[in-house]
Amino acid sequence: MTSLYETVSPPPGDDVPTNRINLTVNGQLRTMDVEPRLLLVHLLRQGLTLTGTHTGCDTSNCGACTVLFDGRPAKSCTMLAVQADGHSVQTVEGMATSSELDPIQEGFKEEHGLQCGYCTPGMMLAAKALLERNPNPTEDDVRWALSGNLCRCTGYQNIVKAVLWAADKMRAQQN
Amino acid sequence: MALDELKIGGMGASRRRVEDNRFIRGKGRYVDDVVLPGMLHMEILRSPVAHARIKSIDTSAAWEVPGVRLVLTGETMAARNLAWMPTLSYDTQAVLATDKVRFQGQEVAAVIADDPYVAKDACSKIVVEYEQLPVIVNPIQAQDPASPLIRDDKANQTSNKVFDWEIGDQAATDAAFAQADVISEVDLHYPRSHPSPLEPCGSIADYDRSTGKLTVYMTTQAPHIVRAAVAMVAELPEQMIRIISPDLGGGFGNKVPIYPGYVISILASILTERPVKWIEDRTGNLISTGFGRDVYLKGQLALRKDGRILGMRMHTVSDHGAFYADAQPTKFKIGLMHSTFACYDIPAAHLVSEGWYTNKAPGGVAYRCSFRVTEAMFFQERMIQNAAYDLGMDQAEFRRINLVKDDMFPYRTAFGFLTDSGQYQKCLDLGLEAIGYSTFKQEQEEARKRGKLLGIGISTMTEPLGAGNSREYDIIGIKMFDSAELRVHMTGKAILRTGAKTQGQGHETTWAQIVAHELGIPAEDITVEEGDTDTAPFGMGTYASRSTPVAGAAVAMVSRKIRAKARKIAAHLLEVSEEDIEWELGRFYVRGNNERGVTIQDCALAAYSNVPDGLEPGLENNAYYDPPNLTWPFAAYICKVEVDPETGVWDVLKFVAVDDCGVRINPMIVEGQIMGGLTEAYAMASMQYITFDEEGNCIGANFMDYLLPTAWETPGYELYEVVTPCPHHPIGAKGIGECATVGGPAAFVNAVVDALQHTGVRNIDMPMMPNRVYQALTTGKNVSGMPPVLAG
Repeated sequence: MTSLYETVSPPPGDDVPTNRINLTVNGQLRTMDVEPRLLLVHLLRQGLTLTGTHTGCDTSNCGACTVLFDGRPAKSCTMLAVQADGHSVQTVEGMATSSELDPIQEGFKEEHGLQCGYCTPGMMLAAKALLERNPNPTEDDVRWALSGNLCRCTGYQNIVKAVLWAADKMRAQQN
Repeated sequence: MALDELKIGGMGASRRRVEDNRFIRGKGRYVDDVVLPGMLHMEILRSPVAHARIKSIDTSAAWEVPGVRLVLTGETMAARNLAWMPTLSYDTQAVLATDKVRFQGQEVAAVIADDPYVAKDACSKIVVEYEQLPVIVNPIQAQDPASPLIRDDKANQTSNKVFDWEIGDQAATDAAFAQADVISEVDLHYPRSHPSPLEPCGSIADYDRSTGKLTVYMTTQAPHIVRAAVAMVAELPEQMIRIISPDLGGGFGNKVPIYPGYVISILASILTERPVKWIEDRTGNLISTGFGRDVYLKGQLALRKDGRILGMRMHTVSDHGAFYADAQPTKFKIGLMHSTFACYDIPAAHLVSEGWYTNKAPGGVAYRCSFRVTEAMFFQERMIQNAAYDLGMDQAEFRRINLVKDDMFPYRTAFGFLTDSGQYQKCLDLGLEAIGYSTFKQEQEEARKRGKLLGIGISTMTEPLGAGNSREYDIIGIKMFDSAELRVHMTGKAILRTGAKTQGQGHETTWAQIVAHELGIPAEDITVEEGDTDTAPFGMGTYASRSTPVAGAAVAMVSRKIRAKARKIAAHLLEVSEEDIEWELGRFYVRGNNERGVTIQDCALAAYSNVPDGLEPGLENNAYYDPPNLTWPFAAYICKVEVDPETGVWDVLKFVAVDDCGVRINPMIVEGQIMGGLTEAYAMASMQYITFDEEGNCIGANFMDYLLPTAWETPGYELYEVVTPCPHHPIGAKGIGECATVGGPAAFVNAVVDALQHTGVRNIDMPMMPNRVYQALTTGKNVSGMPPVLAG
């Protein structure tokens, strides 16, 4: 049975193939039977109710569905759930602990790096991947790293400031 | 002691946003995030062709797909009188096509199934037989009397014309042209553009037969208008309809119209007695939901040698697609196009507009603009720049001569608008200084030696934001006022609800700041809610930059009503007469004795525990605000570009934005709106290209082909502020959300044309892709963006 089926629905017919997959989502190991055609974004959103990952374009252009796949940003709208078998996925829901925000989350709020909030989870995760490999980015580094993610509201200037704010804070924490 | 307003998050505080707390945690609640028990999923089958008669629809194979619960076609809709629906501009629109399809992407059938994948599978099994008809893809074709009639469903429709409309004094304008030393002419196209909020449209309809109540979660900027329309279309009593617009992933005017998908999901829920979710995919959004712009202009200015504009003529031809479905105030068929040239002192003007049906998706939505003012101001500023060239006059000086001067307010424009305040010259001068205008010529010379072309583009404009007043502005007869309701609890905390609907503008943050300003209740003690028609007071929603001018004013007015009642309670608590009570932020005190006072929180507690005789208990109220006039913000946007003559690529070297939107409630949010708006302006000027081939196929039906700027291409902006308070708004604020999108495009285009001016080029239609710029440079001729079918 795919994770998309509601409990009220009848189970899928015998002719619907399913695959068993094991993946780690936000640090938790999950085992599920899914249809091979199920998109990763739908597994996350409907199957695991992690609705912070959004879909905006279906063609991997907008980046609203960006998650970290083994630590690297990936567009979950154009990946199959079965491709995540044996891998680890981090979503926006895994960024903060119960008591503490990630500095990137703080930076987005502090620098007004979001308006409607729809692109924000993907933006923040793309930024997280950047700061993990480059803790001291220039403005151009940030703009390039986020160029797979579209925002229609902010004009990006404050998003860039938010990421630089987070980089500053993370470096200060390291020292 | 009075409170420090900035410390309590009042007016002028760059208060960090309340709504961010959920968005940064991925806890926003957009329509697609809502899951209801037993929910079914709907998919729409769309027409692959632009104009065709439907010969047959065979849904039998779709019904056989396991998990399918319902298949709907135009025939099923028609049996319930729902095949057509009224639009917000007194036209009709097909919900599911019965007779013909009239644009590519039109809704033809819908499948409702247990699972969205199954619904898609079943859609692909529906067989539709089309008999293709000749296609009209632009108004020039539509004007041909021999062209096929698109709207043959309408009884009295004999041509493809939607409307004729005109305003102004033709005789006076003709006289002005007769006296002109120079007549400057412009001929251009403001192309179709799609607003493309990152979240597409969608709805979840949930009809409960046991109560008769219909609840619809919907991506709408105007939930109360939708409720009224649903009451009309579905013939359900209004109290039994609850529209909930949860978090919206952007709107930009795209989420104002009422789309067939919403209506189909409602009928599907009524028929299945289950919640039905419909979430549009991106291609569906791009090919079927409200476009903006698509207007052709012939513009003329009558000029005197000394630089004075004597008269202005405009003739616009607009492409509305197959259904006139955008929301426009009833009296104004081409929106507020006649606000054009409002910042200039022009004695005579005449505007003629005609609208045409074509085989394209419904167009004309106010894409981040106040009813066509984006086109109005773009035309204005392109005409102004070319007039300066034609006179051989400096473009800044030409503006200076013709701008309305500070001592001329209130100023009545040639088309009858009343602009009430502004410091236009000051804004322009500030911008010119910031861009380095005085040394630009020299800079330009030096760049030419390096083989680069520099240009400066100026765009100065005032625009009418915040409709109504209700005497002149309505949507389908509903007057354009707005509302707020404030309940102060006994602990002095409060909940505020308004008839507006935030989509990223930050109302949850800024409305609380207005209450804090009026009552001294800390902003963090005030919860703001919008978007639920069962709880929010009736309002017209958020578009046309009307939130702060109208709903924001209502927030101030309801706060004042609360303060007036609290004053009576304060007099009772302080045992003096009301006339002896003075107010300072957050507290009342006895005149002449500042020490003897009570706080607003003391009054709130007393409203529920110690009410004076003769006074109603409680501390809550509402306000409906009908603005006396529109608000008129002013902007000077100045852009410096460098064009590479070998490739036609242009780069923004510097962009300066001077905005006067009156008093700023939250400067951080205002600046965010300006930067976002400028980016949409840049997008339209540079790359947002969505067009149609001669068969009506949409070119740009996904984000691989319809280019939106990323962080990499988007320039940086320098922002400056001038404050001229609005004389009639209770807190002196003017609209700002759309100024940059409205005024911005002309700054970019004017800059590129300025860089090419020496070659004789006077116009490049948007988007100014490098190939167009290169073509202009190499031919020395204007580049028209007319669709290819017209070029031959």
